[in-house]
Amino acid sequence: MQLTNRSKVVSDKVQTGMEKMYLPAILKGMMITASHIFKRRPTIKYPEHTRKMSAVYRGLHVLKRDEKGAERCTACGLCAVACPAEAITMESAERKKGEESLYREEKYARVYEINMLRCIFCGLCEEACPKEAIFLTDRIVDTEYEREDFIYGKDKLVEKIDKPIDVSKRQTLAVTEFKKIPGLKHNAVWEGNRLDRKSN
Amino acid sequence: MISFVIYKFVVCVIVFGLSLAVAAYSTWWERKLSALLQDRIGPNRAGPFGLLQPLADGGKMFFKEEIIPNVSNKFLFILGPSLFMLTALMTGSVIPWGKSFTTEAGNTYSFQITDISIGVLYLFGVVSIGVYGIMIGGWASNNKFALLGAIRASSQMISYEIAMGISVIALIVTSGGTLSLSEIVEQQDAGFANIVWQPLGFLIFFICALAETNRAPFDLPECESELVGGYHTEYSSMKLGLFLFAEYINMFISSAIMAAFYFGGYNFPWAHELYQTLGLHDGSVWISIIGFGAFFTKICIFISVFMWVRWTLPRFRYDQLMHLGWKILLPLSLLNLAITVVVEYFRGNIHL
Repeated sequence: MQLTNRSKVVSDKVQTGMEKMYLPAILKGMMITASHIFKRRPTIKYPEHTRKMSAVYRGLHVLKRDEKGAERCTACGLCAVACPAEAITMESAERKKGEESLYREEKYARVYEINMLRCIFCGLCEEACPKEAIFLTDRIVDTEYEREDFIYGKDKLVEKIDKPIDVSKRQTLAVTEFKKIPGLKHNAVWEGNRLDRKSN
Repeated sequence: MISFVIYKFVVCVIVFGLSLAVAAYSTWWERKLSALLQDRIGPNRAGPFGLLQPLADGGKMFFKEEIIPNVSNKFLFILGPSLFMLTALMTGSVIPWGKSFTTEAGNTYSFQITDISIGVLYLFGVVSIGVYGIMIGGWASNNKFALLGAIRASSQMISYEIAMGISVIALIVTSGGTLSLSEIVEQQDAGFANIVWQPLGFLIFFICALAETNRAPFDLPECESELVGGYHTEYSSMKLGLFLFAEYINMFISSAIMAAFYFGGYNFPWAHELYQTLGLHDGSVWISIIGFGAFFTKICIFISVFMWVRWTLPRFRYDQLMHLGWKILLPLSLLNLAITVVVEYFRGNIHL
């Protein structure tokens, strides 16, 4: 029974004299290889040229600071919950008096670690974060000799105060708008919205 | 007399250096051409266009660890690649690289190391000694794969030498029974190149030359998928380098032989008209140099065709190789010889 029209009829016909000579077929093959001399080469000569990176490339993470230089992360653990690879661990701590310039809210992450060997760079942590604290950037994770060195702590993840990392490309309009919706609970503490709610 | 000895010594050194240089740059061109045929770029880091790549490769070969297996026969193990290299270099001595020129003092110098009257025979003799290098090297390694590769190489070279020899006999019949290479080339100066009279002979010779130099599609002796590395499995460092290098020298020399036998050597169409317009008289050294340029161009084209074939065709199976050699090429070359002899008889060039 024939189910589709895609099957091909196989023949076992005897080779003709021309085919047995092989020479025409060999010449044809040589012409095919020769035609490739004139084709465009897809090679990118790496150190001089680099492949164009996507504007929303998902690479090494960054823990953002706010406009005053305080860490945004409150160690809520939503990123760790969202992470499908279970690459994120954290320990929270309470902010002491006098540390207001370091941490934005009363609770902060004392330890924040991402295992870069586990991470699949899916970006779900970034999506889960209610504080706009974690972002994936277009930086690439370095190679290391030891497995332990791939567990990135806050020393590597938190952006330096004097060298802020631009993540505006990954802050899509849809996400920023979504996070401004006042009715959603997690947006209630978002700084811009807090004023709105009070005024309501 | 002294000037003659010095001249011959200089020619020897030049031919030796040329063989090595061409072999070295063949490795570069092989990689570059294979890249071109496969939409890649090829070596481009060492020097402009990767032109220093052969130097880097050679340096790498010298600095690699040299391993001689404990169970091998050390003398033969070293003799193998040496012999292969030696025979590869020896073949260059009878090839006429250019027209001979005459100095103002009246001395004639030829662009050839030695013009022996049995040049073709010498060539075949030396080429068949070449198989000893592979055989000794493969056997002395005391490795099954190396031995298999060596056996393949020797049986393949012996099989294809017969068809090659017979196709050359047909060539010799057309060129009036001379075995001197310079005379064969000189005869093509007046008339057409031998390819016109011997197209089938050239085809057989070309296929056999591919097999003789162990080039794809006949590179069964070093077939990686079956024999690890074939006859040079156990070799490392510069001894491996000598084997690989000698293969390229063989390729260079067989290209030179093909160009000399079938494509007129240092002659080229409208050569005399060109020399007249340039105002060069017979025996001028510039004629020799221009002729050498033409010869060298032909050799380069042949080397490129060798490589082009390699990067197009897959490897033969062993029984196919033997089938092609014994059942197709041998009868074809005999037929070619018979036809040649009959035609030459009726043209009156052969007297019974």
